[in-house]
Amino acid sequence: MSGIVCANVFPGKDPVVTHVKLPRTESAERQGWPKSIKAEVRDLSFAYGSRVALKNLSLPVAESRITALIGPSGCGKSTFLRCFNRMHDLYPGTRYEGEILLYPDNRNILARDIDPIEVRMRLAMVFQKPNPFPKSVYENVAYGLQVRGMTDRRVLDEKVEQALKHAALWEEVKDRLSSLGTSLSGGQQQRLCIARALATDPEVLLLDEPTSALDPIATANIEELLLDLKQRVTILIVTHNMQQAARVSDWTAFMYLGELVEFGLTKQLFTNPSKKQTEDYITGRFG
Amino acid sequence: MLRRRKRTEAMFKIVGIGSLALAIGTLALLFGALVVEGASRIDWQFLTSFPSRRAMQAGVLPALVGSSLIMLVTAVVGIPLGVAAAIYLEEYARRTWLTELIEVTVTNLAGVPSIIFGLLALGLFVYILGLGASILTAGLTLALLILPVVIVTTREAIRAIPVQIREAAFALGATKWQTVSHHVLPYSAAGILTGIILSLSRAIGETAPIVTIGALTFIAFLPPAPFTDQPPFLSFEWLMSPFTVMPIQMFAWVSRPGADFASNAAAAGLLLVCMTFAMNGLAIYVRYRMRKRVSW
Repeated sequence: MSGIVCANVFPGKDPVVTHVKLPRTESAERQGWPKSIKAEVRDLSFAYGSRVALKNLSLPVAESRITALIGPSGCGKSTFLRCFNRMHDLYPGTRYEGEILLYPDNRNILARDIDPIEVRMRLAMVFQKPNPFPKSVYENVAYGLQVRGMTDRRVLDEKVEQALKHAALWEEVKDRLSSLGTSLSGGQQQRLCIARALATDPEVLLLDEPTSALDPIATANIEELLLDLKQRVTILIVTHNMQQAARVSDWTAFMYLGELVEFGLTKQLFTNPSKKQTEDYITGRFG
Repeated sequence: MLRRRKRTEAMFKIVGIGSLALAIGTLALLFGALVVEGASRIDWQFLTSFPSRRAMQAGVLPALVGSSLIMLVTAVVGIPLGVAAAIYLEEYARRTWLTELIEVTVTNLAGVPSIIFGLLALGLFVYILGLGASILTAGLTLALLILPVVIVTTREAIRAIPVQIREAAFALGATKWQTVSHHVLPYSAAGILTGIILSLSRAIGETAPIVTIGALTFIAFLPPAPFTDQPPFLSFEWLMSPFTVMPIQMFAWVSRPGADFASNAAAAGLLLVCMTFAMNGLAIYVRYRMRKRVSW
């Protein structure tokens, strides 16, 4: 264990923040980790009230790569992802323990003294069900920038176009930027949400089962898009579709019942898993 | 066996249709009677005249102006308070026993008889604050009266917004206020407006609290104009003016002998019903227009 953080998020109680920084040790566990790391999770535990959802997770997120989180429903992978942009802070009675360090500045984004808004401005999120605002396509993409106080129309125009191009949506919507985002098809809506997330140049893109509400063609489009995007941004994706993880990701983490079972190179984890549980899951024996 | 079940069904149908016919029929009869008795009395003279001892020369001008001005005060005071309170309760307040208590209290307040609000206003506004039996007092009283309804309907409208939309805004780094002002309020505006208009249309017909605070029944002047020819060109003297309102005017005529005044009363009633209908119609139109734009 290299650091302990107790961030008490319960209202009305004194914030108890104890931060004991221990020197980083190159333990045996770190072998087989990616070389260039964007974020590192250390001993992360998470609880909804008294129900513990995540237990002592430690995991690296490789820079400019795609890391996939797989596991059966209810294993806590979405909960884990939502820790990264402090989404749980929106609801009462949730509690984090441990750290998520964001590199290069070595910030623990779970620390009590870090504003969740600051975290959310660095890490963008795409949700399971496409959730564009009932506003125009343009306003949807520009929203993140407007929230940050950007009003220069020229810069906005440029950023919106760029984001839509990166999300492979520009050609389809360039003539109807003023029509409602909710009027697009499901796959387009999800790419709109990706464009919205990309517009603010996030350091990490968090995707929570982004294709589970889409048809196979839209899914293929999004997967192709993710492969294009990974040069630009670090991607962490939750998926219940193992084939998807195998197709798009470089690194894979397998979670089960709130614990990390195995982490490794995707190729290795799928062809030669070191744990029995992983093997059972990827061969379809449970989950 | 099947026949028996079918018979039960048929019976229920008959009972249902019967109840509906009774309810609608009564309303239609009431409205019809108003129209028959009062419609011929409504003309320009009736709308622009002051009350008079001679029924044919009497009019509802002061009552119309009084009702409109009081609605204005009620809206200006009641709507921002109610909407702000609802936003706070729904978006900002943490769930504690205190907010639960407030929630229950607000819902119960909506069911408190309006005359109780009148008594409160008589004590608070008229005597303690010394506002007298003025338009301001009446407006504030009705604002208090509609406050719980506005809060409840606003909260319901806010709650109808999917949590995914809120999370999308927060995930982009929006603050709470940005989320509320850019998303929550615009998307729930249709529901909020509907609630506001419906509560105002309830308030316009209220008589008991207005009588309690001491409205006049016979008034031969209008409140001072809000615009003046001297700087600052705006005058709020009208707020302190005595007043009467439509239902009270109607009541005053009903209690007088003679068919002439009965016809006046019917005409005033018809006017009042039409005002309520117009407001409800507006509410339906607003909801229809805005629902069409906002969907998820």
